[in-house]
Amino acid sequence: MRVMAQMAMVMNLDKCIGCHTCSVTCKQAWTNRAGTEYVWFNNVETRPGLGYPRGYEDQDTWQGGWVRKPNGRLELKAGGRWKKLFTIFSNPKMPSIQDYYEPWTYDYETLLNSPQTDTFPVARPKSLLSGKDMQVQWSANWDDDLGGSQEHAVRDEMLKGIEDKVKLEFEQTFMFYLPRICEHCLNPSCAASCPSGAIYKREEDGIVLVDQDRCRGWRMCVSGCPYKKVYFNHKTGKAEKCTFCYPRIEVGIPTVCAETCVGRLRYIGLMLYDADRVLEAAAVEDEHDLYEAQRSVFLDPRDPEVERAALAAGIAPDWIEAAKKSPVLRLINDYKVALPLHPEYRTMPMVWYIPPLSPVVDVIKETGHDAEDRGNLFAAIEALRIPVEYLANLFTAGDVEPVNDVLRKLAAMRSYMRDINLGRDTDESIPEAVGMTGEEMYEMFRLLAIAKYADRYVIPTAHAEQAHALEELATDCPVSSYDDNDMYFGEGSGPLTPVAVENFEMLRRRQTTDTVAAPPEKSRRVNLLNWDGRGTPEGLFPPKDGA
Amino acid sequence: MNTFLWVIVPYLCLAVFVVGHIWRYRYDKFGWTTRSSQLYEDRLLRLGSPLFHFGMLGAVGGHVVGLLLPQSWTDAVGISDAAYHWGAVLGGLAAGVMLVVGMAILIYRRRTVGPVFSATTPMDKVMYAVLGVVVLLGMWNTVLGASGLEHYNYREGVSVWYRSFLAFQPQPELMAEAPIGFKLHALSAFVLFALWPFTRLVHVFSAPVGYVTRPYIVYRSRDERPLGNAAPRRGWDRVGS
Repeated sequence: MRVMAQMAMVMNLDKCIGCHTCSVTCKQAWTNRAGTEYVWFNNVETRPGLGYPRGYEDQDTWQGGWVRKPNGRLELKAGGRWKKLFTIFSNPKMPSIQDYYEPWTYDYETLLNSPQTDTFPVARPKSLLSGKDMQVQWSANWDDDLGGSQEHAVRDEMLKGIEDKVKLEFEQTFMFYLPRICEHCLNPSCAASCPSGAIYKREEDGIVLVDQDRCRGWRMCVSGCPYKKVYFNHKTGKAEKCTFCYPRIEVGIPTVCAETCVGRLRYIGLMLYDADRVLEAAAVEDEHDLYEAQRSVFLDPRDPEVERAALAAGIAPDWIEAAKKSPVLRLINDYKVALPLHPEYRTMPMVWYIPPLSPVVDVIKETGHDAEDRGNLFAAIEALRIPVEYLANLFTAGDVEPVNDVLRKLAAMRSYMRDINLGRDTDESIPEAVGMTGEEMYEMFRLLAIAKYADRYVIPTAHAEQAHALEELATDCPVSSYDDNDMYFGEGSGPLTPVAVENFEMLRRRQTTDTVAAPPEKSRRVNLLNWDGRGTPEGLFPPKDGA
Repeated sequence: MNTFLWVIVPYLCLAVFVVGHIWRYRYDKFGWTTRSSQLYEDRLLRLGSPLFHFGMLGAVGGHVVGLLLPQSWTDAVGISDAAYHWGAVLGGLAAGVMLVVGMAILIYRRRTVGPVFSATTPMDKVMYAVLGVVVLLGMWNTVLGASGLEHYNYREGVSVWYRSFLAFQPQPELMAEAPIGFKLHALSAFVLFALWPFTRLVHVFSAPVGYVTRPYIVYRSRDERPLGNAAPRRGWDRVGS
């Protein structure tokens, strides 16, 4: 057993309202730069829909992820190492910018500088790539809220095989939102595809990063990632990807997308796993077993034996404590309501999802039945093969049973909590019907519905003995030598001062001097409240030359 | 004059080549990339880039054989002059045609596809011009040799000079006797070598041969360097800059 820690996320899709706040704040934080205009480390897609980049889930086309060979070993779907090197001059599976979208801006100047005219001046879209006029034809969420679904959503790869059962007519359809970030996989195919070895998985927290100094722009990671979450910065010629906001995680605060999530639907915590068993689990024969196989790789930090092994593997005690309290662990392994996104890619993704019950609830509500009645809900989950089959295509490689189980648990929770909220006696047969106790069900409700910040994000800080390597602490640099006059060539020149050091120095100055709160000439100053506005009494202005 | 052209200039270019690469690698690891433009355009690149690169690999291989292997070695293993000549001419023509066609496609693409053209730096243009001259002069020599219009055994002239150059015992008089086509090809190639470290050509030296043997997943410990002290880096320019 080789215990490793992995920072993981769970998103509760029932609570996602598709507001794109996560995408926007992420973009502001990470990809608001030239070369990454088209890049969304976090994006929210409406399902059914094509997603971003368009149709990325069609691995027959894109060849991302791993496949299991007949001999039971895993191979990159796009081919082995030699094939990668042979096709290095032109990556045959690389998505073009049109598959994402051509980034654009508007020539706002024409609005601002327009002379008075009879007609309104128009700001025309200009391509950010060529600077020329362009027709805007696609974007990262072009089919948002099923917009144009007759044309786009019908091509959703996940609808293959169930087309006849899905109604995309406006009145009869269903939809939900799927926020996506990098999965920070246990078996990342992007890292395996990188010829330069620039993509690595951090030993401490499993975050997958691109070393910008080692990346040579071969683009194999872009095509290797089945989720298409590695992007090519066309200005720098280097690959970039979601960083799980590691500078924030290191100091114990959640990622930007999680922090700003309006629906509070994201949970971040540690998972301990057995690194020796990852490949074995990723290579199980039946795709339907991948979900259970991945769950079996996770270790329970509350097991004393696991704890001992974790300590022996060099995982700090406070990290093990955090792993015990991890909300992600509870959702994945205790309540078993979270499912991985596309386990069939065999990358062992580590951002999991609680599938939405709301499409089912909505259908019952529309038929006039009680949408919180357990019997109605259970019957509806059984009867409505859609969206269950669709969800299964997303989360369990098409196996409907685990999805059914999760939806039944969520439905049971609704019914069970209604009795509590109405002050009625609880019906213990409800949790029993889904294999839970009443207490467990209540705890699950607390975690899903009203968990506070500290319950949703259990993030141990990176270690003090390694603190000198952290961005925001940066104690490695000599704090004492900080000098804000150290600007030889004007403001902002000279070496960069870490924000933490600057803050620390300013705070110290404020605390150790008394000039701001009580300047020496305070007694001679004019109280403006008493000033009648006439003349300039002595002390109205500070003395010149500091005299 | 001979000393200047065939001793001083080559060594100067070699020095710039070596020191330039060390400098570039130390100070600009971030800029060390292929600067691929595949994201912008795929159809032409899919054809042109492999043609160009495989042709180039062939041409480089041919130069290694032609310049570095002494004639006495091939004689020793029983390859007749005629056999060598035809092998070199046919191989050189095949690689050269791939190279020239590929390069033509790539330059056409670079000029006509809007985003690709606007991503082209002045250094790229200089590099393309010099590389184009080197390649065309090389083709010229090959074609002349193949057509029999010119009888020059470079393996007794240019090659010997080149090896003497690498051994730091230059024999410039050998180059002085070479035809003008060979002289110009060699000189322009040296200019290209001098430009090399300052262009995207550096990506040649990061050919990922290690990929074949390394494990698939790379694990690394957290960066020990205090990131807060790093100077602001390229790639963090704001949109529109």
